[in-house]
Amino acid sequence: MKTYKQTFAELKRAALIPFFVIGDPDFDTSLEIVKAAIDGGADILELGIAFSDPIADGPTIQKADIRALAAGMDIEKAKDFIKKIKAYKDIPIGLLMYYNLIYQYGTEKFFVDFARAGVNSVLIADLSIDDVDEIYAPARKAGLDTVFMITPNTETERAKKIAEKCTGFIYTVSLLGVTGGRETLSDMIKPLISRLKSITDVPVCVGFGVSKPQHAAELAKAGADGVIIGSRIVKIIEENLNDKKSIPAKIKTFLTQFKEAIGR
Amino acid sequence: MKHNGRFGQFGGFYVPEVLIPALEEMEKAFYKYYKDKKFTAELDVLSHDYAGRPTPLYYATRFSELVGFKVYIKREDLLHGGAHKVNNCLGQGLLAKYMGKTKLIAETGAGQHGLATSMIGALFGMQTKIFMGAIDIERQSVNVHKMRLCGAEVISVKGGTETLKDAINEALRYWTANVADTFYLFGTACGPHPYPTIVKHFQSCIGIEARAQCLEKIGKLPDIVTACVGGGSNAIGIFSAFIDDKNVKLVGVEPAGKGIKTGKHAAPLNAGKVGILHGTKMYLMQNKEGQILDTESISAGLDYPGVGPEHCLLKDTGRAQYVAVEDKDVLDIFDIFTKCEGILPALESSHSLAWVYSQKGKLPADTTVVVNLSGRGDKDVDIVERNRKPL
Repeated sequence: MKTYKQTFAELKRAALIPFFVIGDPDFDTSLEIVKAAIDGGADILELGIAFSDPIADGPTIQKADIRALAAGMDIEKAKDFIKKIKAYKDIPIGLLMYYNLIYQYGTEKFFVDFARAGVNSVLIADLSIDDVDEIYAPARKAGLDTVFMITPNTETERAKKIAEKCTGFIYTVSLLGVTGGRETLSDMIKPLISRLKSITDVPVCVGFGVSKPQHAAELAKAGADGVIIGSRIVKIIEENLNDKKSIPAKIKTFLTQFKEAIGR
Repeated sequence: MKHNGRFGQFGGFYVPEVLIPALEEMEKAFYKYYKDKKFTAELDVLSHDYAGRPTPLYYATRFSELVGFKVYIKREDLLHGGAHKVNNCLGQGLLAKYMGKTKLIAETGAGQHGLATSMIGALFGMQTKIFMGAIDIERQSVNVHKMRLCGAEVISVKGGTETLKDAINEALRYWTANVADTFYLFGTACGPHPYPTIVKHFQSCIGIEARAQCLEKIGKLPDIVTACVGGGSNAIGIFSAFIDDKNVKLVGVEPAGKGIKTGKHAAPLNAGKVGILHGTKMYLMQNKEGQILDTESISAGLDYPGVGPEHCLLKDTGRAQYVAVEDKDVLDIFDIFTKCEGILPALESSHSLAWVYSQKGKLPADTTVVVNLSGRGDKDVDIVERNRKPL
């Protein structure tokens, strides 16, 4: 199974990391969408399992969660989905989710079962480094890498502590706020990338508000090891619900533009 | 964070990284000021002159005759704004002022916390935004008007169940984008640390007063102290002074809505499972996989799938008992109590009165019960009328 380490080592540029909610707008369409994203040049996948109360997410991903849940998405189906993606291509997959779903499943069992399905890491949006002990050992034991978030208001000493616990990459939040497309890149992100680069060798991947190929290019130039595109790409699904069949091709075209931008 | 905010296995601060600095700042400020002479003196004056503390402990003569034992009412309904919420809002609002914050945000269910926050926003000259579920805005329109009159902006939260839970989601989202100048004035003894501790502290005046009033008026401690439990702030406020008095039975009353068996309720201590939501580990109404369930209660202020972490611990240790009463019994007691005493109890507080009424004939005549009447029912008159059984 391909690891983050191998992926970052092979790439001579920033990794392209699209985010999708598994099962949005329905299982089959979602599968075609994620395959198209792989064809469009995704280096790593960031996938969410829908939760009823996503407090770190803006309206676009909230709606995607609602669509996925309404279409019958659940944990078992998510596992099946990941297996199908891994059968299509061996690409690193990071899960991004909320703690209660993992806690109810049983934290250790969740990590073991999803590692077996092909997941490389599980980032929990509402669990901070202060509670790392609840998940670090079971995640490592299951063979998973760990990923935590750092935000522009994370103090440097704390950022060091977080970086030490990230074996995969640092999910670097570009702004203060929730997920969602933005017109311009936050002016907080470039200083944050420099700050992180001065304290750690762990790959720095940037997400939240990355909406245009130009944003991705700027982040890559600023030293980001990966760019995570979430809401803007999920928006394409939302805008084409009347013609679901057209979505995969649109996603592929969209990602190709990002790939070109970060390759320059 | 200096403290872990745990109550046994419950509590904690399960929030996105972006909120940690804000919670740390709040924890630091709370421990710096909560015993500070200047701060407490200022809060005491405001509690007295602005909010109307201390509130009386009233012996409900006719209601006592009706149930056959002695019922004392802690009159939080007489406070400015019509509920205990002002205690917490004055405390947190003053904390915000000492921290140099200029903007307040809050969530609200019944509108009582939103109103109390709006009042305090006006009092301290702070810009105030209140997040409220679209359904709650409809069922508590009078409070919405009052909030706007105080100068607050009321933001209608759509999507989800459009009640308290969604209002909290949206307030948290707004806060993540505005942490620098905005103070999130949380309404109940729930949510991430340090809120359960802060809210309990500012509501503990209820219990401290009630305990002293019992000793003075009755000459002894009561046998039972009861309060309604949604998030649990009024209950922890009155329970806290009696927790070490092992002979005083503590009874929290949750909303059973249409009935626990129907699933249409908001009683996580009676029918929930331990889980994590809104930054805290607590008993929670959820499905097998951990998706949060829709709740139902006639009282918007109790319509929440979780409950404060300290109540979860009090339940597990057996120190407090948590029961639930259904909407229909709440509506009945609203009428019964008002006719008996000429006091309109809030539908939230009516839950604890309904439990007291259910004990009619079961308790010895010399039993003394203290009911925390957390709010007045003026806001609920329309709802009661709408739900009145046809004659």
